[in-house]
Amino acid sequence: MSLWEYANPVKFLGLSGKFLPWAWGLGASCLFIGLVWGFFFTPDDYRMGSTVKIIYLHVPSALMAINAWFMMLVASLIWLIRRHHVSALAAKAAAPIGVAMTLIALVTGAIWGQPMWGTWWVWDPRLTSFLILFLFYFGYLALWAGIGNPDTAADLTSILCIVGSVFAVLSRYAVNFWSQGLHQGASLSLDKEENVADVFYLPLLFSIAGFVLLFFALVLLGTRSEIQLRRARALSLRGNAQ
Amino acid sequence: MIPELGKYAVSVLSAYGATAVILGVLVVYVLRRSAVAKAALAAQETPKDG
Repeated sequence: MSLWEYANPVKFLGLSGKFLPWAWGLGASCLFIGLVWGFFFTPDDYRMGSTVKIIYLHVPSALMAINAWFMMLVASLIWLIRRHHVSALAAKAAAPIGVAMTLIALVTGAIWGQPMWGTWWVWDPRLTSFLILFLFYFGYLALWAGIGNPDTAADLTSILCIVGSVFAVLSRYAVNFWSQGLHQGASLSLDKEENVADVFYLPLLFSIAGFVLLFFALVLLGTRSEIQLRRARALSLRGNAQ
Repeated sequence: MIPELGKYAVSVLSAYGATAVILGVLVVYVLRRSAVAKAALAAQETPKDG
């Protein structure tokens, strides 16, 4: 059995219907455990004080903001190469979720930055590339909304997604490319020396798992909605033609 | 029940509050769109009289 079989909308609706309750349940559980553990049962950091509790929101949302764009990139490439409508609709469904994740990362980062850096915002390479990524999300949604033909919209938004990926990569690696920024390095890394302290590590992992599963559930539900809307539109056009 | 947040209490609580609002709006938006899509499809698939 090929994975491409699930690009069939009917098969996708069947399979996603089975996954959705699990994704909602596991996502909500992980998020609840991570945030309650992090907020109530972890100590203050010796430098950041209680603002360290903001990492349970900021790190997972920033991670998902960037990875949502990469997911959209993969789906867009599948659309451009193999013309599977489900992949184009999955990319479209992921965009509003990416907007929300980027907004959470920007807002929580600003709230954390004010007491720690003494400013809400600074034109640091990572922050600036993140802001541009946020604007790309809006451009992507505007392009979908502004083009009547769905296949043309999918083509053009896929190209925009490829272009915007530059800023998704910059958002992820800007702190490695440029050393003059204020933003610190990654909170989680394969190099254990760079990780946050052990006491913050596990609740952060739960929180990240919660955000990932929540994203997965919302994309599945959003893609199902787009498929249903597309089918309703096709039936309506067929009915009007008869 | 709320832990001692010290002088950063406003920052920490506003970060959690803002996240709750944004996530709440997102979830409501996706659920609402799902309900609209289901209703639109059901309306088209229901046989019309006449």
